[in-house]
Amino acid sequence: MPRSRYPSTPPEGTSPGVEVATPPPAPATNRVTFPRAASPDPAEADALARAQTGDHQAFAHLYSLHKRRIYSLCLRMVGNIAEAEDLTQEAFLQLHRKIATFRGDSAFSTWLHRLAINVVLMQLRKKGLSLISLDEAMEPVPEEGPGRSFGAPDLTLSGTIDRLALERAVADLPAGYRLIFILHDVEGYEHNEIASMLECSIGNSKSQLHKARLRLRDALRANSLPEAQS
Amino acid sequence: MTNDPAKMSCAEFQAQLPELIGAGVDASAHPHIVNCELCRALLADLETIAEAARQLLPVVDPPEDLWSHIESAIKSEDGDTNSSLAKAAPTTN
Repeated sequence: MPRSRYPSTPPEGTSPGVEVATPPPAPATNRVTFPRAASPDPAEADALARAQTGDHQAFAHLYSLHKRRIYSLCLRMVGNIAEAEDLTQEAFLQLHRKIATFRGDSAFSTWLHRLAINVVLMQLRKKGLSLISLDEAMEPVPEEGPGRSFGAPDLTLSGTIDRLALERAVADLPAGYRLIFILHDVEGYEHNEIASMLECSIGNSKSQLHKARLRLRDALRANSLPEAQS
Repeated sequence: MTNDPAKMSCAEFQAQLPELIGAGVDASAHPHIVNCELCRALLADLETIAEAARQLLPVVDPPEDLWSHIESAIKSEDGDTNSSLAKAAPTTN
């Protein structure tokens, strides 16, 4: 039986998501090794063409090509394995419904990636993210004022950060901060794109990203120098 | 509050920092940073974190049985619309 807990949205136009105008803008490509900026390989292009005509095996092949990236994205954005699995399923279900509308205006991986982000955002909105975390992040919180990040020079990060420590710190971020950090610093979207996706101001996006990094800095310093907390 | 960047307090500088970084301005060249070790360290840390974020590209595979759930859901949907995956399998190349 299908396991998704999320209602589906009707396929409309060529947009991979319900909130985003068609076609979705390509995210920032300032990272030369970023996978979504690459042209699809011939095997993927062939599978895509066949999947668009209803070839189930071709769709399964597309799933195998993109499952890791989509699942990882969902997992990082929600920080919960069960939810990430449900959201991955919903993303590929939406892909199945809408794949025939893909016209190649952007790379397929970009289109699918944006579709998955929209699926996650829809779910987060249902949970009240935009009403809580985004607004909350704009409110000045005393302990998060500018002075909070003051610290003695010997408490600065060493210049290299352990990946697992960073993973843990990101997972512990409040949902709103985590979302902005993942979209900007990990996935490479620009603030104007994030503002459009999250329906917030560009300034809000910049502010939240900054606060997310400050929180990560505090967490990583605490992790690397536990004696400093005593 | 001062209009002279060189005479900014740390609080004033850090209040501007999100906009400076977000706008792609080289904050390390800001007059306040040149003379402030604390803010210089803060900026270095934030840059290190942003750089480290690139390590967080996809590394996790979904569970093996997820595809079977998706496949089941697809077949269920196709059944609802009186279509068949088995019928719609052209293999033109």
